[in-house]
Amino acid sequence: MSRTYAPRLSRRLGNAAFLVFACAATAVALIALFAILWALVKQGVEGLNLQVFTQSTPAPGSEGGLLNAILGSIMMSTLGLAGAVFVGVLAGTWLSEYSRNSAYGRVVRFVNDVLLSAPSILIGLFIYGIMVAPMKGFSGYAGAAALGLIAAPVITRTTEDVLRLQPISLREASVALGAPVWRTILQVIWRSAKAGMLTGALLAFARISGETAPLLFTALNNQFLSLDMSKPTANLPVVIFQFALSAYDDWRRLAWAGALLIAAAVLTVTVIARILAREPKRS
Amino acid sequence: MSLMTSDAPETAILDLPADRVKIAIRNLDFFYGQKRALHGVSVGFARNAVTALIGPSGCGKSTLLRTLNRMYSLYPGQKATGEVLLDGDDVLGGRVDLSALRARVGMVFQKPTPFPMSIFDNVAYGVRLYERLPRAELAGRVEESLRRAALWDEVKDKLKESGLSLSGGQQQRLVVARAIAVKPEVLLLDEPASALDPISTARLEETIAELKTDYTVVIVTHNMAQAARLSDHTGFMYLGHLVEFGETDQVFTSPVTTRARDYITGRFG
Repeated sequence: MSRTYAPRLSRRLGNAAFLVFACAATAVALIALFAILWALVKQGVEGLNLQVFTQSTPAPGSEGGLLNAILGSIMMSTLGLAGAVFVGVLAGTWLSEYSRNSAYGRVVRFVNDVLLSAPSILIGLFIYGIMVAPMKGFSGYAGAAALGLIAAPVITRTTEDVLRLQPISLREASVALGAPVWRTILQVIWRSAKAGMLTGALLAFARISGETAPLLFTALNNQFLSLDMSKPTANLPVVIFQFALSAYDDWRRLAWAGALLIAAAVLTVTVIARILAREPKRS
Repeated sequence: MSLMTSDAPETAILDLPADRVKIAIRNLDFFYGQKRALHGVSVGFARNAVTALIGPSGCGKSTLLRTLNRMYSLYPGQKATGEVLLDGDDVLGGRVDLSALRARVGMVFQKPTPFPMSIFDNVAYGVRLYERLPRAELAGRVEESLRRAALWDEVKDKLKESGLSLSGGQQQRLVVARAIAVKPEVLLLDEPASALDPISTARLEETIAELKTDYTVVIVTHNMAQAARLSDHTGFMYLGHLVEFGETDQVFTSPVTTRARDYITGRFG
């Protein structure tokens, strides 16, 4: 006869209680998420039409779209991200490959983590102080700088993390062939960590694409279509902010459409990042 | 053969004639920070021969190997003192061009380490560091290296595919091909077959046996049968000391020191 041990009652109760709490918490999070998505899709789709992509932001009561804001957002995010990738990839590489255990490296890593969680409004104010005020004017470049400053620590962190995951043996194998360390990093380590580094850059892009506060202080807004980034530049988040708080129905519809566009862009980029991150190593 | 006794354990080190020695090691000590990992190792590794290093884990075999191409110099806090001469050239000095040294002294590691690039580029990687060869010549070098590593027939139709797509045994032979493509003088093998199945191991051993016609090979292995099969000389290490070194047949059939005898007959280790 085999004896089976049923878990004690207290243990079963504890398990059930924990499970209930965990499920409830998950449900709350999911309900909030779907409520937001539902509102966004319901209200956003209504305002979405071809004009949104072909015309610039209108005066109240007239026809218009979001073309200037979409272009401005793309320009500033891309420029900001380019700068952030340059700084972040090199800084992350330095942290992982050259200063792993040095005191200076630890300080830099800590400061980067602080910057990573700095409120974005502070970053906007900082750029306002060093770019907008001295240059006497809001500009797309200042907006790009603020977005870049938000993205750079994210990329630094992800770059360092993925580079640290690369096996020591890979570095030694390259060095053992007579390759200098810099060449090993460029040709072997970066290449091996490519998918992860790209994922980090895409996630940083997702992070900055909806930032509003830093742009209020830097790029401000522009009612007209303009590719000149030395002038105030339109962008989706600030347009949404202005239009959503306005008293005009057509403006509010455009704000919802803009919010839906950002959400769709972030979703797309995140999905791409997921796919890249999952890319099988052995293929 | 000289029998030495000191505070160190009983040792028996065969002195090779100077003209046969490719790498001469004298009074080599090694430190990981404060921890001493090698104690006054003195030995010569013969050219165009395979030397096997055996001994229990942590005895310093790999450490000894990693001093020969200055691998340890990647890590601050690790240092070697004493003398290592490669054909009479100082290896341990501060002014040694490490990249040039490592091009002369190739190394293959325990786990296969193909680079994330095509099979062709893997083999060409080291060559491109030092030589600017015309395309055809480079292709010739890649083919020759893959042939010597007994991998050519398996990969000749897919040189553009990723090196990561190969099996473990193929990857290890790819790494060997990559190492010999640079035309080194010495090849250091750090347990190259420990991650491979018996068939892959056999193929790799054939490759190694064939390589000694041109290279000085030093192999660290935990597999005693492999050491006996492959090597001309065998060194037995214990707790950072080189305890016994001699002709492989002699070391395996009639070891001089008690420690080596106990280890080889399976009494400990």
